[in-house]
Amino acid sequence: MTLDVTPSGSDLQLTTEGQLKHFLTIDGLSRNLLTEILDTADSFIEVGERRIKKVPLLRGRTVVNLFFEASTRTRSTFELAAKRLSADVLNLDISKSATSKGESLSDTLLNLEAMASDMFVVRHAQSGAAHFIAQSVTPGVAIINAGDGRHAHPTQAMLDMLTIRQHKAGFEGLRVAIVGDVLHSRVARSQIRALLTLGVAEVRLVGPDTLMPSDVSLLGVRVCSSMAEGLADTDVVIMLRLQKERMEAGLLPSEREFFRLYGLTAEKLAFARSDAIVMHPGPINRGVEIESAVADGPQSVILSQVTNGIALRMAVMSMAMSGQLAERTRTAARPGDAA
Amino acid sequence: MTELMNVEQVLERMAGELQTLFRGRNVEAPLIIGIRTGGVWLAEDLQRRLGLDDTYGSLDISFYRDDFERLGLNPQVRPSELPVDTEDRHILLVDDVIMSGRTIRAAMNEIFDYGRPASITLATLVDLGSRELPIQPDLVGQRMSLKDGQRIKLLGPEPLRLELRERKSQGRMSPERGAS
Repeated sequence: MTLDVTPSGSDLQLTTEGQLKHFLTIDGLSRNLLTEILDTADSFIEVGERRIKKVPLLRGRTVVNLFFEASTRTRSTFELAAKRLSADVLNLDISKSATSKGESLSDTLLNLEAMASDMFVVRHAQSGAAHFIAQSVTPGVAIINAGDGRHAHPTQAMLDMLTIRQHKAGFEGLRVAIVGDVLHSRVARSQIRALLTLGVAEVRLVGPDTLMPSDVSLLGVRVCSSMAEGLADTDVVIMLRLQKERMEAGLLPSEREFFRLYGLTAEKLAFARSDAIVMHPGPINRGVEIESAVADGPQSVILSQVTNGIALRMAVMSMAMSGQLAERTRTAARPGDAA
Repeated sequence: MTELMNVEQVLERMAGELQTLFRGRNVEAPLIIGIRTGGVWLAEDLQRRLGLDDTYGSLDISFYRDDFERLGLNPQVRPSELPVDTEDRHILLVDDVIMSGRTIRAAMNEIFDYGRPASITLATLVDLGSRELPIQPDLVGQRMSLKDGQRIKLLGPEPLRLELRERKSQGRMSPERGAS
């Protein structure tokens, strides 16, 4: 199984001037654009520290959270991000409605468009769903991928990059370890792409063979089967969530076995640099991926990941809306006019 | 490129007038807030001249502009920095140039999102006229008018100087992001 499950669709995400107009995948985005996203997010972090945590950028616009896969935490941060941009927010828990009655994705979309939305935040169990929607939707409507199948979770990856940048001077020279079920993780795929694009020195994937992608022929990525090898001298340790289904599918003997070999304890963390930071996209399984002492310890930046998530999503949503508006303006101008 | 004013002299005069103004209003220590980028240099300068202890604030108004639909998001937006609570403070808002007044409108909206100020006094180094909103500075360094295609720019931070620039290219004229 290769790491890139679906076509990159990067052209679909960008305007002719290279601005973001959908946010679907890290794949195909330049280092400059990723850096611009992080820089913009910095300004939104400051907004979250004010008395009135709101700016008028998306005032009067409607953002629809289209979650075909349930997720309280991701949806809540998107909702908060949209509200802090002054948008009106609609939460559609599609998993319980029409599609379960057999309505196709296209029809669902057509019905929703009748509500004149400006942006859809989409989470779906199928890889490529966000791309499909971006291709089918009316021009002018921005699509933000909140996670599609096993393919990508670009906003999570970017908030992780933002967190890394806050604690480390830059990305050059960093050694980053990603530990756990990389095979099934859309987060890991997006993180790897982002880390490499931003120019880290090395990405190490650590975990049992059964949970590693078989084809890791990306330059700068190394697969390690032990924590001692994988964490040695790293600057950043990212723990992935282990889902119970993996044990049920026979990919792992037990949670205890996983914890013994790959669980992040203080002892194993000592392989990393003393100033290494510990991250986890959440929700954490204490005693499975990570022990409490480390999750709550001085090297953990897990809580700041959550705050950064709101700011990062504000950045991505406003940049995508900005790109859509720019394209609308460009399309509306008559040929020969000054832009 | 021509130098248009002795910025040093003008700022010294403005500082004196501001002292009189604030004394008359019984304001001991205004909180100075400069609008990026030129206004911030001026804020720092006036802070020194007025002998104020408080750190000055710097405002990035990118999120409050009224032209998001036309120009989109400023890719160079930077975080605003208001290290002091604005609630109930007398604020001295400083910018290098006022023209349409839209920048000041945006800045005031942003200031209110930090808290309710007791008052806002506006000082600009240059007033170019051509107002599009009913907003006027309390204090102006110098009034000027420009010809079509001319722009002025405050350079700094050391030394502060004002430059006149002619827009050379014809043809593709994108809306001026700097228009204030």
